[in-house]
Amino acid sequence: MSDFWIIVFAISVMLGAVGGAAVATWFERRLLGLWQDRYGPNRIGPFGIGQVAADMIKLLTKHDWVPPFADKWVFIFAPTAIVVAMLLGFAVVPFGPGLQIIDLNIGLLFFLGMTSLAVYSVLLGGLASNNKYALLGGLRSAAQMVSYEVFMGLSLMGVVMLSGSFSMVDIVESQRDGWYCFSQFLGLFVFVIAAIAESHRLPFDLPEAEHELTAGFHTEYSGMKFAMFMLGEYLGLILISCMITTLFFGGWLAPFSLTFIPAIVWFSLKTFLVICFFILLRCAIPRPRYDQLMSLGWKIMLPITLINLVITGAVALWIAGA
Amino acid sequence: MRDLVESLVSQLRTIWSILLHTFTKAETVQYPEEKPYLAPRYRGRIVLTQDPDGDERCVACNLCAAACPPDCISLQQGTREEDGRWYPEFFRINFSRCIMCGLCEEACPTNAIQLIPDFEMCEYERESMVYEKEHLMIDGPGKYHDYNFYRVAGMEIKGKKKGQAENEAEPIDIRSLLP
Repeated sequence: MSDFWIIVFAISVMLGAVGGAAVATWFERRLLGLWQDRYGPNRIGPFGIGQVAADMIKLLTKHDWVPPFADKWVFIFAPTAIVVAMLLGFAVVPFGPGLQIIDLNIGLLFFLGMTSLAVYSVLLGGLASNNKYALLGGLRSAAQMVSYEVFMGLSLMGVVMLSGSFSMVDIVESQRDGWYCFSQFLGLFVFVIAAIAESHRLPFDLPEAEHELTAGFHTEYSGMKFAMFMLGEYLGLILISCMITTLFFGGWLAPFSLTFIPAIVWFSLKTFLVICFFILLRCAIPRPRYDQLMSLGWKIMLPITLINLVITGAVALWIAGA
Repeated sequence: MRDLVESLVSQLRTIWSILLHTFTKAETVQYPEEKPYLAPRYRGRIVLTQDPDGDERCVACNLCAAACPPDCISLQQGTREEDGRWYPEFFRINFSRCIMCGLCEEACPTNAIQLIPDFEMCEYERESMVYEKEHLMIDGPGKYHDYNFYRVAGMEIKGKKKGQAENEAEPIDIRSLLP
């Protein structure tokens, strides 16, 4: 692609991601309603899709208030950080063959780096609010993200070993023989859990934990700044789903050689199903206690990842030697 | 290790059973389009009823106001000149306070005050929630079709002397109780 088309594509990806995140708020509520035997928002427009616009208008017109006791500039900076980091993460997502903003040879590391930057948003938001609940939420998120990041990265190393590359395109291409969700089942399992913890979505939303911390790190936020946090969370959901599709479910590759359907449709469909699965997890599983979360991370997930890594390495070496 | 596997299986079963809820019907009643069934004895809006002759039943005894837990009923007793019946000069219920408990209905000796199955009383102004007697009064006997307090009670009104009510004995003539 020429520079001009890359810029056009980048802008359309950004708008698509933000729009997708906005629609995801409505879609999630509808899906939660379906699984909880109710309807969810169904009043405005067909199937209640107008709820997105209504929420947007409400958030945009709300008083955008900075508490007088808060650290003003950090307070304003925090919500933007998560959105920027998550949007940057979309740069390496391969939506189809050649449909990628940039094919970095360290694409996977770039993605991990960008999701790690999101922790600053939560941490600074909690710290700058100068509020006990917000600080506790920020502390929790720092501990949670740091510990889950360890094996979030490690769980992907099996994929990297098998494909022999950090580049997203190479990883997708190397799955022509079989998706990594079968050979890297443990990696997928750990990555899904770590990804939920990383995007602090519901089973692991301890940084916000409504029942304990009112709203955690965004207790003091309102209006558009609050919307930015929400946008970041849903962008994270979409980004993580894109990554799971790319790394474990063959990205844009068509299953059963159904290649007459375009690659981008396959990619979108797989991502959509992964998003649905995340919403299902939110619907089904209660939030663990904080010490349970930590012991799950360090005592179970990390050993599983290491075992997976050792076995994958041994098998990869054995195949290479044979 | 066994606990771990068991809890994992339990989580997966939870996810599966929630997924099966894709095929169950929503419990929601789509309220404004689809009204729920309200039993005849549902405790909703309060009305004042009239006896079968078309006269108001309320005798302004104040028992409802005394029974009312949030004190939302207020009334003033008066006596009608022409027939000697008691009646409320004003009868006011503040529905922004009313909790629809039905204690006024239970306290009422004349079945005048009754709760009906209607709860749709939204207003934009709080003052509109205060109902006066003309708003409360309905043109019928409500749940009790035949009851007429003055026809069974011993109170003397015009056209009905003491002892002329239903099932009422003539008053004892104290002057005839001579030895």
